[in-house]
Amino acid sequence: MKLLVRVWRGGAEGSLQTFEVPRYPSQTVLDVVTHIQRKLDPTLAYRYACRVGMCGSCAMTVNGVPRWTCRTHVDRVARNETLELRPLRNLPVIRDLVADMREFFDKWQRAKGHFDGTRTKADEFAQIAPDSDERKSIDAGIECIGCGVCYAACDVVTWNRDYLGPAALNRAWTLVVDSRETSTLDRLRAIAGDAGCHACHTHTSCTERCPKHISPTASIAGLKRAVAKAAVAGKL
Amino acid sequence: MKRVALIHRASGIALALFLPLHFWALGKGLEMDAFLRWTEQPLVKFAEWGLVVLLAAHLGGGLRVLAIEFLDWHEWQKSLAAVAAALVLAAGLAFALAL
Amino acid sequence: MLALCVVVHLATIIYAVRGGLSAAEIFARTRGSAGWLAFYSVFVLAVAVHAPIGLRPVLTEWLGWRGRSRELFLLAFAAVLAWMGMRAILVLFV
Repeated sequence: MKLLVRVWRGGAEGSLQTFEVPRYPSQTVLDVVTHIQRKLDPTLAYRYACRVGMCGSCAMTVNGVPRWTCRTHVDRVARNETLELRPLRNLPVIRDLVADMREFFDKWQRAKGHFDGTRTKADEFAQIAPDSDERKSIDAGIECIGCGVCYAACDVVTWNRDYLGPAALNRAWTLVVDSRETSTLDRLRAIAGDAGCHACHTHTSCTERCPKHISPTASIAGLKRAVAKAAVAGKL
Repeated sequence: MKRVALIHRASGIALALFLPLHFWALGKGLEMDAFLRWTEQPLVKFAEWGLVVLLAAHLGGGLRVLAIEFLDWHEWQKSLAAVAAALVLAAGLAFALAL
Repeated sequence: MLALCVVVHLATIIYAVRGGLSAAEIFARTRGSAGWLAFYSVFVLAVAVHAPIGLRPVLTEWLGWRGRSRELFLLAFAAVLAWMGMRAILVLFV
């Protein structure tokens, strides 16, 4: 049994190259790409690291859908024993299946996706109950590993290149609800506006595709409420 | 959900384009009879039904967005889209029957 | 609020359209009615605000239109809707 695999070769300009790959049971798409690079064409560029669904490095577009190749079984996605592999959507292509993640992380910074606190090691620990609403909200979104699948799935990112995107906004939300945080208003200002949370049109593609089952849609909804609240209170 | 969102957007665009025509027709006052006679044509009746469906669709989509943004996030939100669609059809049917 | 207005409007036209429509019929219902005048005034103004806000992301995302000219266009559109809407209301309800 053979699998017909069409793989993007090149950068922004390029074409699909077809490979024939032996078919095995329990084969993942990562197995397929690795076989191509090791046995058929060593010039193929692609990314992976842990290969067990923990790092998110292997994210790419499989038959039109952004996925982790190490966690995608060929059985589930092959159409008539064919696969089409492209780099992640919405990101510049470095080469072949490798996308340039810089703008993804730049937007994370622009959304102020980093913690700002005031306690030092001389202070007492902050007391946050794990079952408090605050912590439950944060826990729902904190496991993001920055793989870029949600960013690739998002239509608004495609239509509006300034849009901060689901991952950056999701992280911003986990910080906005954090009572230890000191830069909340600055952060709300950073994520409000045309490139921020209000540009989300709740297509929920991000939530549907997130391999960690995070819901950026819910986080962004939280941001919309927080921004509205602050605006009404005259704080923005 | 993306389909629901796109229907919401498309219906919004169509309604925004239609509104000036709607206000213009209403503003015709007593000369409205001539216009109303024109609207008796079946094609126009179909378009009117279409507009009611578009308005109901847009309303349904809008309620979905409001629910997601202001109510607690739950799995049943997915069925909201279905309810929205059902209301749309109901409105369309009612209008069709009224005609 | 707009959701309520729309539901009322839809229900009203579905009811009113029963058995056909004529200018005389419409005017019989609408002329001199202060309640409906108030309702439709609110509806028209709310729509004149809502439609441009809704179109704004469409202009940016699907037409690539940004900046001042877009905002001016939307304001003009709002004004046109409000003007034509209130004019129709004056014709029908006063």
